[in-house]
Amino acid sequence: MNVRLYLWQRATAAVMAPLVMVHIAVIFYATRHGMSAADILSRTHGSFAWAAFYGLFVLAVSIHAAIGVRNILTEWTPLPERRVDACVVFFGLVLAVLGFRAVAAVVLW
Amino acid sequence: MTTELSVSLWRGAQHGRYETYRVPQRQSQTVLDVVTFVQRHIDPTLSYRFACRVGVCGSCAMTVNGKPRWTCRTHVAKVAGDGKLEIGPLENLPLIKDLATDMQPFFEKWRQAKGAFAPTQTRNDPIAQIKPDTPSRKAAAAAIECINCGVCYAACDTVRWNTEYLGPAALTRAWTLLNDERDGGNIARLQAIAGAGGCHACHSHQSCQELCPQALNPTAAIAALKRRTAAAYLKGEIKV
Repeated sequence: MNVRLYLWQRATAAVMAPLVMVHIAVIFYATRHGMSAADILSRTHGSFAWAAFYGLFVLAVSIHAAIGVRNILTEWTPLPERRVDACVVFFGLVLAVLGFRAVAAVVLW
Repeated sequence: MTTELSVSLWRGAQHGRYETYRVPQRQSQTVLDVVTFVQRHIDPTLSYRFACRVGVCGSCAMTVNGKPRWTCRTHVAKVAGDGKLEIGPLENLPLIKDLATDMQPFFEKWRQAKGAFAPTQTRNDPIAQIKPDTPSRKAAAAAIECINCGVCYAACDTVRWNTEYLGPAALTRAWTLLNDERDGGNIARLQAIAGAGGCHACHSHQSCQELCPQALNPTAAIAALKRRTAAAYLKGEIKV
């Protein structure tokens, strides 16, 4: 890992830390109040704040996880660097697409 | 105390094997004494490396009962309570024969990390006055007592997994020079250690500081290098 990837991984970790806390708090709130999926969706539909919150979360996770997986592939497999980079870019994109799709499902529909 | 040690020594090159010898146990006996006994009294073809025998030169490091140690200062009583010793070559380095490894990659990485002092003055200039209590001088002490024995390099998981990784000794040397007020090569040094095999590859497992015979802390020096290179990168002083 070079210094650029190191900074991206640390920066995305710093972004995720408070987001994870809020995410867990939201889960506790929803379960303790016995909210159904319909109750939750009625609150999240059309909410720019929740879209921004989970959109940022998805973006940070996609970058952070991809860099972490890159380290694992570099150290534990004989794959050449270019192939490792191709694999983790694909992995990060898959995470981003799945994540943004889930955010869209919660906020838009 | 048992009167005889059962000593398994690695014999041959990469595809060798451990062979067992019986060695008399003595008081205040070091692991190097044991290896020397085998070479002088049982098998003179045994190859190993040593020089000073007093913990100064860093030549005699080997793997002793699974851990890299400086053998001249490792007492048998400390590591072989059951009277058994298994002594192999240092790991993470090419094996030449028996207990002797090729240290060239270790010193090549030291060179890659810009471990050589880059002078800013000539012999005609007055001698630099370095106050011992300044923060930079205290930080420079991180590796000033390193004897380049290779124990940290052999103990490091990241070196094992990532052949490009410069390793604890080379990086700690770089940290010491970064804090040497007389040195003028810091930008090139930061550049050299900010790449793929540089300080950011370290996982902070701390095997280096646990096993360093000089009780140095390479992990702390590498952590400081991570911060210093990150700052230099953000300021645009280095590129990757």
